[in-house]
Amino acid sequence: MEHFAVWVAAFLTLGIVSFLYKDNPWYKLSEAIFVGISAGYWFVVLFWDNIYGKFWNGIFPEELIDSAGNVVTREPDYWLLVGAVLGTLMLLRLIPKIGWISRWPLAFIIGCTSGLYLINYFSSNMMRQVEATIMPLVGHWVLDPATSQNAFSAFSGADIFSNLVLVIGTFTGLVYFYFSKEHRGAFGGTAKVGIFFIMITFGASFGYTVMSRMSLLIGRADFLLFDWLGLVR
Amino acid sequence: MNPIRISLLNLPLSRCLVRIAIFSIFFGLLSVISISAQQSADTANAVPDSQLVEFALSPPFEVSAKDTPNDGGGSITVIWQRSADDLPNGIVTEYRVMRSNADQPEVFAEVGDVAAGETKPTYRYHDGNASDDEQYYYKVAAVTISGDDAETTQEVVAESDVTGPVSSSAQWFDWRRINAFVGVLLLCGFIMFYINRAKAGKKIFIRKIAGLDAVDEAVGRATEMGKKIFYIPGTQDMDNVQTIAGVTILGRVAEKAAQYDTWLEVPVSRSLVMVTAKEVVKEAYAKAGRPDAFHEDQVHYLTDDQFGYAAGIDGMVVREKPATIFYMGAFYAESLILAETGNSIGAIQIAGTGMPSQLPFFVAACDYTLIGEELFAASAYLSREPKLIGSLKGQDVGKGLILAAILLGILLETFNVWNFSSLFSVIN
Repeated sequence: MEHFAVWVAAFLTLGIVSFLYKDNPWYKLSEAIFVGISAGYWFVVLFWDNIYGKFWNGIFPEELIDSAGNVVTREPDYWLLVGAVLGTLMLLRLIPKIGWISRWPLAFIIGCTSGLYLINYFSSNMMRQVEATIMPLVGHWVLDPATSQNAFSAFSGADIFSNLVLVIGTFTGLVYFYFSKEHRGAFGGTAKVGIFFIMITFGASFGYTVMSRMSLLIGRADFLLFDWLGLVR
Repeated sequence: MNPIRISLLNLPLSRCLVRIAIFSIFFGLLSVISISAQQSADTANAVPDSQLVEFALSPPFEVSAKDTPNDGGGSITVIWQRSADDLPNGIVTEYRVMRSNADQPEVFAEVGDVAAGETKPTYRYHDGNASDDEQYYYKVAAVTISGDDAETTQEVVAESDVTGPVSSSAQWFDWRRINAFVGVLLLCGFIMFYINRAKAGKKIFIRKIAGLDAVDEAVGRATEMGKKIFYIPGTQDMDNVQTIAGVTILGRVAEKAAQYDTWLEVPVSRSLVMVTAKEVVKEAYAKAGRPDAFHEDQVHYLTDDQFGYAAGIDGMVVREKPATIFYMGAFYAESLILAETGNSIGAIQIAGTGMPSQLPFFVAACDYTLIGEELFAASAYLSREPKLIGSLKGQDVGKGLILAAILLGILLETFNVWNFSSLFSVIN
């Protein structure tokens, strides 16, 4: 049975890879199996994780036995009923006459997502970034225990360069994303520096991500050569 | 009659028994003497009880316990001043925090410990296993080890006075995050102000965004060629703001497609996105005055699986050869697979995402790319609705303040005037 599974996996892998040549019946078959099986798989996963795992077990919690062997009873979490009601409202789309009610849970989800993420993004993308960018550029002041006074300690040339890149990159990058002013003159020049920084970052990111994608390719090649053909040991 | 003989020793049984008795008595005596000697040695090495009792250890003092502030309840903070014996190279090894509840105030159990030897004189311990409904008493014990070797080592404990009762409770506000609250209020204030200005008819300038100017051109191209438009709203669900932005832009694209009577197809990977996208497209068609042109199957589900979704779209792209493909939303490793396939059939491609790791691939393989923030500005840019334009301007004012804060902060910190960055520190 295991050998059969390996052969099926190899057949489907080669079918997907055959797309590199051109669209063909083998690819079409592999694609249809991939899409169909994954859709069914995710249905089952979501059903057991959410409807049974979270909702059913939350409303009708099972007794647990702790490490000491005691039976632990859990209180039902009736807040989950709110989600169940919203989910049920979503299914009303199937009844055309009252299908409009399904917009309510959608509005709830989108509204809550926007509200919750406003604070999260404001904290993580804005405040943390600004905090990390505000720094002494050329040196810092440290308390001299001998004199009990602050003394200036200069950074190394590499550190100063690194700080300047960070500050200039952040500042000019932010200027590029300023939409309500024409990018002309000094402002436009600053924005242009910003887009240079962004593109250099993209270049570095491109190389890095391509390398990580290679691991996916190596994984498949390893499967074909080792598990399937047994050519590599 | 011959006596019974033991074959190995070749002796009569009686003589054997006598010899065994003699050996037993000899070795028995030897064992008794040996054990007695060992006991004598142990007694000589034992530490007298009086010596242990006399070992003096100062307990921690000024022990207090209070509800941990700015939390969701279930936590009590115990604070104490260090023992007089907890000095640099002192003898206190740790502090043991003990708790009892109101039902049995005398029965204390250890809830945690803190290593001694801190430079600060005040110690804290957060007891995160408290119940908001119960009252607790606490005491703290300084602990040290007396004795020089393994045989004489003994733990010595000096307990503080008991403090309490105290109970934990949840707070409505986390005052440590007041900076984020003020920041959001300011930002919302700017946005509200500029929305009102825009609604009042004040002109608000928005700079040209090339990728968005190309939307009309891309829809028009598909119309001229008599081919489809594909719109891919990413692989994430509606709890991702990029998906929300993508679906918002979809409304504008669908309106254009309805006006030009061009078939728009939206394959999605999430059920909630499908439902939302259907509503958005349906509304756009109605807005364009073409509700009859909308078909439910324009927006259809493929699979939740990331690469299954990519494989499905690739197949559709090469078979149906759309003239225009939009990628707007959150993408991961499937981004280049999709964009490269679209590129191979010569479709005009416009992408927009906030995923930094995927943007390079879209930049490389698409005709136009909306980078990060441009994706979120797109709906305002395309619709020119006062509400959205005002919102965009309000955000820009916020960015202006951030730029000013960065410059000011760098100056203040470089010249050691004030630790300005602390204003932006975020407590999780």
